[in-house]
Amino acid sequence: MGLFTDLRDSISRAVDRMFSDAEPKRIGIYGPPNAGKTTLANRIARDWTGDAVGPESHIPHETRRARRKENVEIERDGKSVRIDIVDTPGVTTKVDYKEFLEHDMEKDDAVRRSREATEGVAEAMHWLREDVDGVIYVLDSTEDPFTQVNTMLIGIIESQDLPVLIFANKTDLDDSNVKRIANAFPQHETVPLSALEGNNMDEVYGKIAEYFG
Amino acid sequence: MPEATPGDSRNGVQIDLISGARMEGLTSMEKIRLILDGVRDGNIVVLEEGLAPDEESKLIEVTMTEISPDEFNGIEIETYPQTGGSSQGILGRIMGKESTKKLTVIGPANQIETLHKDENLISALVSRK
Repeated sequence: MGLFTDLRDSISRAVDRMFSDAEPKRIGIYGPPNAGKTTLANRIARDWTGDAVGPESHIPHETRRARRKENVEIERDGKSVRIDIVDTPGVTTKVDYKEFLEHDMEKDDAVRRSREATEGVAEAMHWLREDVDGVIYVLDSTEDPFTQVNTMLIGIIESQDLPVLIFANKTDLDDSNVKRIANAFPQHETVPLSALEGNNMDEVYGKIAEYFG
Repeated sequence: MPEATPGDSRNGVQIDLISGARMEGLTSMEKIRLILDGVRDGNIVVLEEGLAPDEESKLIEVTMTEISPDEFNGIEIETYPQTGGSSQGILGRIMGKESTKKLTVIGPANQIETLHKDENLISALVSRK
C-alpha cells in the first residue's frame, strides 16, 4: 500500500512539474482604442511581477506596438498559472492624424503617431491570427459596445476557437454600464473591473486562472 | 437607358453591389483587393454575402498598411450583427452549418457615416469626396 501511495505521489509530482514547466500561454489583451488595455496589462504585471508593461495615456493609440510581458505567474487557490501578457494596440478600421491635432500635437508628430498606429493595428491583427493562445477583450463600460469593430473582433476571435474573457473596464466611472456589455456578448463571460482603481481584481485573477490555466 | 461611365461618379457617389457569386471564386486577397480598390476610388461597396472572419481580419490589416495622411483614412464597415454568435461553435463548423453570409457595407471612412444600425437595418449617410 505504501509503495502504491509513493508511486502515485511521485507520478502526481512529475505531472505537476511537467505542467509547471510547460510554455506559458500567450494571452492577448485586445479591444478598441482607449478601453484601458495598457492600464490592465500594467495592473496585472505590477501585481505579480512588480514591473509595468508600458506607458498609459488618455490620447488614443498610445500603444502602437504589441508589448509582451513574459512569465507572469498568477496564484489562485493554491495553483499557479503562468502566462505571457501581450498588450496590443487598439483595433480600428480608420486612423486620421487630424484627431491627434486636437490633443495639442504638431502636425509632424500627429502624422508620425498615426503612421505608427496603423502599423500597430496591422501587427495586432497578425498576432491574433498567429501568435496568441487566448484573449482578454477589454471594453470601456461607459461606451456603447455594439460597434462594428467589437462585433468583428469577437467574431474573428471565435473563428480561431480561442478562449476569450470580456472585461468591462472603468466601473469606477458614473456612466459605467456592465449589463449593456453582458447583453451585447451573451455567449461570453463578462467580468466587471476598474483596472485604474484595482477594483474586483480578485475575480479578474480567478477568471484568468480558470480560463487560461 | 444609357449606362453611366466611371467618370460620371465625379458628380455623385458610385455604389458597387457585389453578388455572392462574383466573390465565390476569388481568393481572400483578391476579395480584399476588389473591396479596397473600389473604396479607395471613393465608391461604396456592398457585399451580398460579406466576408469570413479571417478575411475581415486581413481586410483590417491591409487597410492599415494603405492609410496615408490627407489621402486615405481607412474604411467604415457595417454588417448586420450575427444572431446566435458562436453558440454553434466548433460543432456548427464541423457540421457545415456556420454561415458567414451577412450583407456588408464598406466605404471610405471620410465619406460614410453610420446613422443607425440594428439587426435588420443599416442606415448610413454618404457624402461626396
